[in-house]
Parts: sequence; structure tokens; C-alpha cells
Amino acid sequence: MYVKQISVFVENKFGHLEEIIGLLGKNGIDISALSLADTTDFGILRMIVSDTEKALTVLKEAGTIVKVTEVIAIAVKDAAGGLAKALHCLKEAGISIEYLYAFIGKSDLGALVVLRTETPEEAIKTLRENNIMVLMAEQAYRL
Amino acid sequence: MAIYQKEIECMERSELEKLQSERLVWQVKRMYERVELFRKRMDEKGLKPEDIHGIEDLHKLPFSYKQDLRDYYPYGLFAVPMTEIVRVHASSGTTGKQIVVGYTEKDLDMWSQCMARQLYAVGANEDDFVQVAYGYGLFTGGLGAHAGAQKIGATVIPISSGNTQRQIQTMIDFGSTILCCTPSYAMYLGEAIEEMGVKDQLKLKAGIFGAEPWTEDMRQVIEEKLNIKAHDVYGLSEIMGPGVSYECEEQHGMHVCEDMFIPEIIDPDTGEVLPAGASGELVFTTITKEGFPLIRYRTRDICSLNYEKCACGRTHVRMNKPTGRSDDMLIIRGVNVFPSQIEEVLLRVGGEITPNYLIIVGRENNTDTLEVQVEMSEHLFADDVKSIEKIERTIKEQLRSVLGLGAKVTLVNPKSIVRSEGKAKRVIDNRKLV
Repeated sequence: MYVKQISVFVENKFGHLEEIIGLLGKNGIDISALSLADTTDFGILRMIVSDTEKALTVLKEAGTIVKVTEVIAIAVKDAAGGLAKALHCLKEAGISIEYLYAFIGKSDLGALVVLRTETPEEAIKTLRENNIMVLMAEQAYRL
Repeated sequence: MAIYQKEIECMERSELEKLQSERLVWQVKRMYERVELFRKRMDEKGLKPEDIHGIEDLHKLPFSYKQDLRDYYPYGLFAVPMTEIVRVHASSGTTGKQIVVGYTEKDLDMWSQCMARQLYAVGANEDDFVQVAYGYGLFTGGLGAHAGAQKIGATVIPISSGNTQRQIQTMIDFGSTILCCTPSYAMYLGEAIEEMGVKDQLKLKAGIFGAEPWTEDMRQVIEEKLNIKAHDVYGLSEIMGPGVSYECEEQHGMHVCEDMFIPEIIDPDTGEVLPAGASGELVFTTITKEGFPLIRYRTRDICSLNYEKCACGRTHVRMNKPTGRSDDMLIIRGVNVFPSQIEEVLLRVGGEITPNYLIIVGRENNTDTLEVQVEMSEHLFADDVKSIEKIERTIKEQLRSVLGLGAKVTLVNPKSIVRSEGKAKRVIDNRKLV
């Protein structure tokens, strides 16, 4: 149910982001979703990739700091109000969202969104009760 | 220029040495009776106070160290009962814990004489207005300069540090003639005065600048910008405070108040006394101090002594500007900083694991800057910005509280700090000094 997301510490330095992304490409790892949270000094690159284990090994070998976090991937209707509906039901249930970002590719399932909350179990339950599709982990990696 | 205590400052060297010998014998005897650590060190060397007949025996005496002040913190090295201590001052130690020094009434008077000698040496007297822009408080700078100015009967303006606009307005309105502050702040004031275009409204004639290293180039800039003569002053709270040595109108080395402090230059590795004129570690023995005396205190400052007669007429030896340290202490904005203090903060924040770090000291707009780069580790990393920013903030706050200085904290990639032979270089000092 939970999707494994890779978070990488990115020093705010010219060319550093390219190095990390380039490393994944060279090793045949496909990125299905990504976001970059940035501050003045550093950034956190969050990704969902085709092969989490391999990505971890490759990145760690290159000396970067990596962490795995479990997130939820959902599919919402790719139309006005689609995401709003999902967020509304979470709000009604009192669940707050730490962060959220969209997948890169398109899917028949609708628009795909990654979200992270402190209470994932409750979030999944709420989403399902409201007929919002929660993706299986394997589905997310293959996108 | 007038000399404040001509009979002492211009004493024949043979007379001076006789005086030093008498005072040294007195000091050794009373310290042996009163200071446990000193007695222990003497006993270890098989020395008795009777073995010390004069300054020719100085080299036999045991050294004392900054670490001693920590080990016997706060009052363990004082040589008088606390009822006789009328003031304490403090400065930073090597590992966060501050060091404490104490003064009797007479010590404070002697200290004010040191600063009075300097004020006379820069041409000040009772007609002058002395603006003391050193910080007042546990730091010895403010109150040290203050007491000297009061001693010579000048009008003291105890404005303390900071608030540049008010400093300059006060300087103009009150007619300040002598300025006491750190050299970097003098530079800063000079620039602000230039920007405000008020240089011609100033009555300043001389400045006494100390508590941090500065260069001849800086002296020229300060003299030009403030239209004054700029003089160096040296001191450390363990020995007294500012005024241990000071520059006269010749601006060529700082006269050590030798009737109170005996300087020696030693090889920092072997402890051997080096011949006159050689460069080495400066060591002081306080021969008049009652409250907190020290024998052969290792300052860790590297400099040399010049025994040639000075054109000003003073016979007291001149020390050259320290050119470095025999330990890793840094002086940043006048504050003593040891890398170990920074390491300790990182250890605390990192939770048992000290992250790799690099201290970068620089100078921007004539003010020292301090940046601490910390390598990110799996231990510190979190998936959300909030947690990482919190770590940054905690390090910053802890550094401020331990060092008393603001520092920029930058989290960097692991292994990005260069290591040589497996050992990381901890400090990069980009300031160009000496």
C-alpha cells in the first residue's frame, strides 16, 4: 500500500542536482515522480523510481545522503475539482498533509499524486471510503 | 608627550630588574603559601620559595596554563580570601566553560595605572574626552579603558559598543578626543563617518585599539579615515586586561608594564627560554597582582621582545604584535574562539556523533565573518525541510550561546570537506593579517 520514496539531501551548489539525476539515468533507473523542496542553503529531492533498492545503492555509493520514506500515491480525476475532492475528505477527517506532488507521466487511472501525512493509515482509510483510488506500490514504481 | 609615571616607566634597567626581583620573590612566597596548585607544582620540581632569589631564577619556576583556570574554576587559583576580591571578569575558555579572574582593590588600581600610562603615551590628559566603545561587562575591554581614563582625570564617555549612528553623533556632540574600541570597529566607524560626511566635525586626535589582531595597512586606513594617530594595546584577562603592554607615540612595539608583568619568550615545544629578540611564545609572570596572580603563564601568543631603548624615553621592553598562536585559538570580532568549542556544540546537536565540519573565517566590510560548514549525515538528515532547518537553527543558537558570536551555518554534502591524510582541515582563515 505504501509507496517507498527516496529523499536525497542536495547541497545548494551548481551542478549538484544534475549529478544525482544523471547517476540514476546512467544506471537505467526511471523516475516516475519527483519534487524538489528548496531553501536558501539546501534542497531535498524526493523521488519515486522504478527500482528503489538499486537507486539507494547507487546513490549511497556516490556518497549522497539518502533516506527512504513511505508515502501514499493516489489517482484522482484529471479534471477541475479532482484533487480538491481528495483534499477535502482528508480535511474533513482532520488529517494534515506534510507535502504533496504530482507524478511526471500520464496514466489511464487519472491524475496521480503523491502525498505524505503523519497518519498514513487513517489517510488511506478515509480516501478509500470516499472512493478515491489509492495505488498499490508496484503500480507506482512502474509508471 | 608626557609620561604618566616617569620614575617607573623610564627607570634604569638595572633598577627595574632589582624591583622585579624583589616583587618576584614576594609573589612566589605568598603564592606558595596560598595557592594549592602552585605549591604542588613547586614541590614536584623540588623547589622552595627560598630557592628563588630574583629574576635570574625565573626560568626555574613551573609554567601555568589556561587549562589550570578551568580545572580550578571558578575561584580555586585566587590568592586572597573572597572578601578581598572586589571584582571579577570572565572570558571564553577552550571548551565552552568560561574562565574567571578576580581583582582586589589594589589590583584594579594597578590596572588603571597601566591604561593611564597608555593614555598619556598617546597624548591624553585631564583635558581629554575619552569615548570608550569597547563592550562593558565581563569582558575586560570596557571597564579597563574606563578606569584608565578616569585615573588621568579625563572625561569618560562610557558609551560601550554598538549603535554606530549614536557613536558618531556622540563623538561630534560631546567632543570626543580619544577613541577606544576594537580596530575593526574603528574601521567601520571610519567608513560610516566618511559616508555621513562629518569628518570635519570630529575632534578626535588619537585612538587606542586592541582585543584583536590588526595590520599596519589597517592602521593607515584608520588614521586617514578618522584623522587620528592609531595605537595598539595588548592585554589578556588572565594577566590583567588591556594595558599589559601599549604603544607609545613612536608606534613601534608595545611597552610591557614591566614593573607589574615580567615577559619571557620561550620555545613552545621545549619550554626553553629563547635569547632576546627571538620569536617564540610569550609568557607572563604577574609580580604585583594580589587577587589572581600567575607565574609563567603561557599566553600562546607568538611574538618577540625588543630590549633596545625607545626614542620616547621609556625603558620598558617592547613586544611586537603577535604574529600567530601556538594553539588553534582564533580571534573573531575580538572574541576568543577555539575550534573545540564549535566541535562540542556539533557533538551535542549531532547526538554522540560529531559531524565533519569546517570553520571558515573571513572579513567583509572590515568585520570578521564566521561560517561553520557541517557535513550532512544520515543521522541528521530528515525527509522534511522543517526538521533540517531546525537542526541548522539549533546549531546557530548553540554557537551563539557558547561563543557569544553569530555564525552562519551551512549544511553541505558529505565528504565535500577536504581531508588531508585522512584528517580533516578544520579551519580556513581567509583574513589577511600581518
